[in-house]
Amino acid sequence: MRKYLLYGFLIITGFLTLAPFIWMLSASFMFDGHASVFPPRFFPDEFTFIQYETLFSRLDVSRNLLNSVLISSMVTVVSLVFNSMAGFAFAKYRFRGKDTIFKMLLSSMVIPSQVTMLPLFLMLKEFGFLNTHMAILVPGLANVFGIFLIRQYVMAIPDSLIESARIDGATDFQIYYKIIVPLAMPVMVTLAIFTFMGTWNDFLWPLIVLNDSSMYTLPVALANLMGEHTKDPELMMAGSVITILPVMMLFLVLQKYYIKGIMMGSVKE
Amino acid sequence: MKFKPVYFFLAPALTAIFVFFFIPVISAFIISFTDFDIYAIGDYSKFRFTGLDNYFKLFDNQLFWKALSNTFYFVIISGPLSIAVSLGAAMILNSKLVKFKGIFRLVYFMPVVTTLVAVSIVWRFIYHPEFGLLNYGLSFVGIEKIDWLGDPFWSMPSIIILSIWKNFGYNMIIFIAGLQNIPEELYEAAQIEGANGWQRFTKITLPMLAPTTVFITIITMIGYFQLFAEPYIMTQGGPLDSTLSIVLYMYQEGFRWWNMGYSSAIAFVLFVIILAGTLIQMWVQKRREA
Repeated sequence: MRKYLLYGFLIITGFLTLAPFIWMLSASFMFDGHASVFPPRFFPDEFTFIQYETLFSRLDVSRNLLNSVLISSMVTVVSLVFNSMAGFAFAKYRFRGKDTIFKMLLSSMVIPSQVTMLPLFLMLKEFGFLNTHMAILVPGLANVFGIFLIRQYVMAIPDSLIESARIDGATDFQIYYKIIVPLAMPVMVTLAIFTFMGTWNDFLWPLIVLNDSSMYTLPVALANLMGEHTKDPELMMAGSVITILPVMMLFLVLQKYYIKGIMMGSVKE
Repeated sequence: MKFKPVYFFLAPALTAIFVFFFIPVISAFIISFTDFDIYAIGDYSKFRFTGLDNYFKLFDNQLFWKALSNTFYFVIISGPLSIAVSLGAAMILNSKLVKFKGIFRLVYFMPVVTTLVAVSIVWRFIYHPEFGLLNYGLSFVGIEKIDWLGDPFWSMPSIIILSIWKNFGYNMIIFIAGLQNIPEELYEAAQIEGANGWQRFTKITLPMLAPTTVFITIITMIGYFQLFAEPYIMTQGGPLDSTLSIVLYMYQEGFRWWNMGYSSAIAFVLFVIILAGTLIQMWVQKRREA
């Protein structure tokens, strides 16, 4: 009896969690005005791709999709290299000021990024980076969370592996990319998903530094579109589907790594 | 002197963080004591140090207090509620009675990975007073149509509901891990002693989860104080400034009106609040352990 109650509860809450997505998907396949009805429809009355066609042909969303893919991939690759090198250094080397620097980095995590935005904006303006992809890349080059995650993982790799490679004549850089990187691959994948999704979903910073609609990432383009199409749920839902779908797919494929990352991030130092 | 390889590994990340994080933080602190505005952006010689003027102006401004109290309203209600929902979901999914845990966990987690801007747009239509899904659902339990985003009383609760839906899956995962670390023997022993479900929950589950809960409270609080995209998309801070948040206010002052000195002061107030909140949480945790 209790079991059925539990299942009933789980299924109802599961449906409530998914309902916004189902409605979004359904409305995105409707003709103009067909989603503004009472009661709301969970299936399109007449199925159409017209909203998606409008988005790609008239509103040039493919440009924004491409921007999002490019920027997110770029930030992911570069920050992965920077963070993994620094994480390796903090895990396996002894150097002066190591503990102080690491503690400083960790405590800096309580500073909200909004504090840096105004000076960073002025700095990027001087560099001529405003309204370019560089403006998104620059603050994402490295981050403390990434360094921390890699360090935790690499610390568990036995020193003896590194020592024996050294005896065989491997240089420090060879040790990094022939031993550490392959062994740390699971955590690298985890960090890659976090970074990719974080950059993809980010809104405030791209909103500030990108001011040309051809440079917009999907969230900024979508917010901008919302200003002109407050009365077009069908079009806006198609736009939301395009924005959400890529990250959702990525998550479904790599969910194991993503979930592991959350747990690792919550390990107490 | 020999070049140490460790510096080769450290230099890129540490330089990037120093130049693009620490220097901006220090600069923002300095700018917050100046009258830096749109004229100074064109010509950097056109700003003066004005001491604490920005902070005085801020504390004199009703809109700032409105934004501050809105943000606190959001954090104080939304934070505990979403943590409670996360814990509830985690406990049910941790129950031995339930099969297909993976599927339910996946479903509950789905909103976490989605784009905040996109789901804010979806929810803006879900809150539509005439055609929205929510009023339709509520009509089954006899609740009259509510003008969710148009009524200053309901606008913040609307954002709270959205944020709980969006975020509870994340903390749920951390709670599940925490629950699995509680030794089964504790519950068995309690059962033998005749403890009921509620007693087991308050005497075993909650105390054993305390470190996890403190961690979750800190990250949830830090995230919620930065409320921005939901009001930006759904209400633009309205109606009657009822959803104006600190970050939205900072954004408007800094990047719409280019009052950068004033806007930096707002950012620092946010920082001080988050810092204070974190320190209080850590202090509570220390005292509990002592």
